[in-house]
Amino acid sequence: MSAREVRERRSLSPGEWLGRAFAVLVLVVFALFFVVPLVWLLIAPSKSDRQLLLDPPFALGSFGTLADNWQSLVTFQSGLIWTWIGNSAFYCLTALAITLLTSIPAGYALALTEFPGRRALLAITLVVMLVPGTALVLPIFLELSAVHLIGNPLSAILPFSFFPFGVYLTYIYFSTAISRDLLDAARIDGAGELQVFTRVAMPLATPVIALVGFFNFTGNWNNYFLPYVTLPGRKSPIQVGLAELLSNVPAFNPTNAGSTTISLSALALATLMAVAPVLIVFLFSQRFLVTGLTAGGVKE
Amino acid sequence: MPNEAVARASPGGQRRFSTKRADPERSQRRIGLAFASLYAVFLVVFGILPAGYAIYLAFTKKGAFVGLANFAKVFKDYRFLPALEHVGLYLFVWLLSLVILVVLLALLIHAIGARWLSASVRLLYYIPGALAGASSVMLWLFVLDPTVSPVSFLLRALGLTSFVDAMQVGRLPIVLAVIAFWTGAGGWILVMYGALNNISRDLIEAARVDGAGPIRTAWSIQIPLLRKWIAYMVILSFAGGTQLFVEPRVLSQASRGVVSQDYSMNQLAFLYAFKQADFNGSAAISLILLIVALILSIFFVFRGGLFERA
Repeated sequence: MSAREVRERRSLSPGEWLGRAFAVLVLVVFALFFVVPLVWLLIAPSKSDRQLLLDPPFALGSFGTLADNWQSLVTFQSGLIWTWIGNSAFYCLTALAITLLTSIPAGYALALTEFPGRRALLAITLVVMLVPGTALVLPIFLELSAVHLIGNPLSAILPFSFFPFGVYLTYIYFSTAISRDLLDAARIDGAGELQVFTRVAMPLATPVIALVGFFNFTGNWNNYFLPYVTLPGRKSPIQVGLAELLSNVPAFNPTNAGSTTISLSALALATLMAVAPVLIVFLFSQRFLVTGLTAGGVKE
Repeated sequence: MPNEAVARASPGGQRRFSTKRADPERSQRRIGLAFASLYAVFLVVFGILPAGYAIYLAFTKKGAFVGLANFAKVFKDYRFLPALEHVGLYLFVWLLSLVILVVLLALLIHAIGARWLSASVRLLYYIPGALAGASSVMLWLFVLDPTVSPVSFLLRALGLTSFVDAMQVGRLPIVLAVIAFWTGAGGWILVMYGALNNISRDLIEAARVDGAGPIRTAWSIQIPLLRKWIAYMVILSFAGGTQLFVEPRVLSQASRGVVSQDYSMNQLAFLYAFKQADFNGSAAISLILLIVALILSIFFVFRGGLFERA
């Protein structure tokens, strides 16, 4: 600590000290609020139900118990959890591919070309983007059941691939990061319209592709309501499956005690497995998430 | 960028170019249409059509036009008003805590001097956002069950001795608000933090020179400049909050029915479709919720000024 800093510290009035202490206290309390449940979730699968009830909450269990819980979870209804996770991966990755194929060109078209209906398409996109996805779930269900698509994987994949927010992000990105002059220059050099897109716009679009992909994938992975109504049973993704598991936990549903059961710690393990892919994506994306790109780019 | 300079400096070149090609604007129009068309199909099929179909169902019964009969039936349903009240209470608690705490926390984080510390705190607050939907509720089932909770001492201090205790109807708006805050607040803190960063340093410095302390600066300069973002957060959260479904559904499953199956409006719409096979009634409720969301959204897009560039 330099002499100057020491002097600055000394010069703080009691009121300022109090203010700082309050700020630190608030920040620490909320850090605990956000983190404690997650830490607990990381520890719980290593304990038995008995340990969960009796041991201090943050005491570690053992690898042996973790293996037991793992075993009981993956053997539950002959590996149903893997089916659910596989379903989630299939639905979300297919939807991700379709989303990128539709929304990146559309955002480009809205930002850098002129065509009849452009302004209307943009306005509708903005409005639909702000309508919460859940508001359309039952209408989409009613529509899909009218064309007999309920229970078909398409009934999750196709709605998951409709992502107006991604179009908006791409639109904002292209209209601020790339000037029409740049495209005109490429045209003067003899590039056709398709080449202008693939050779000039696309190489500059990596950040927005990552951003659209991130929001689409995480949002769809965590989506519960839509697949819950359109894809019941073994076709469910993991989020729906997780709630299904809950009805097999005797601690929460004693009436089910007779059938195959899931222990509390196995349920905690299942929760952890269900969120692991998104959690990993989050941690890898932390740089662009936290730098405020989300604020500047996403919601401006 | 040399190409840009060329394009700007030689309008003559452009003219020469356009005489060479039949009609460059037409080819641009064609590619614009082609690029937008696939997305436009999705927009129609999963945005406009379902809404249209819900309107059709809400005003008909067995294909015959019945006016407002479906709506009248839904309003008279003894479960409708309680569901409305539950959602309203939840929204009140949640939005209030969201506005106060998100703004406060963003201001405090923004005031942290050390860059690494500020970034770490933001990340820490944002990580729970990875758990949305069923998994966050699942985790909170454990946190709210005093027998296994990591904070059981807190729950007991609040007078809760069992999970069912924590799930009493009077406490649910708070419970649901806490869960929603836990998963969603971090993202909004990032947004507010970004907006605070956009406030010019000169302005803050000038206030400091004039003798304004941090509280005065926050109240008279920073918060007024955040107003647009706060409105954005409130409107989006309000629209999202009216849709409440997964949280009470999973809690209902876990609490052996202490949380009822028709706690929220969307749950009621769900029951209409799935338990009573009454798609018309279900569409009526969905339509009400959709219209609320649409009005908020349209208001914001055209009057809020956030999308001026559009």
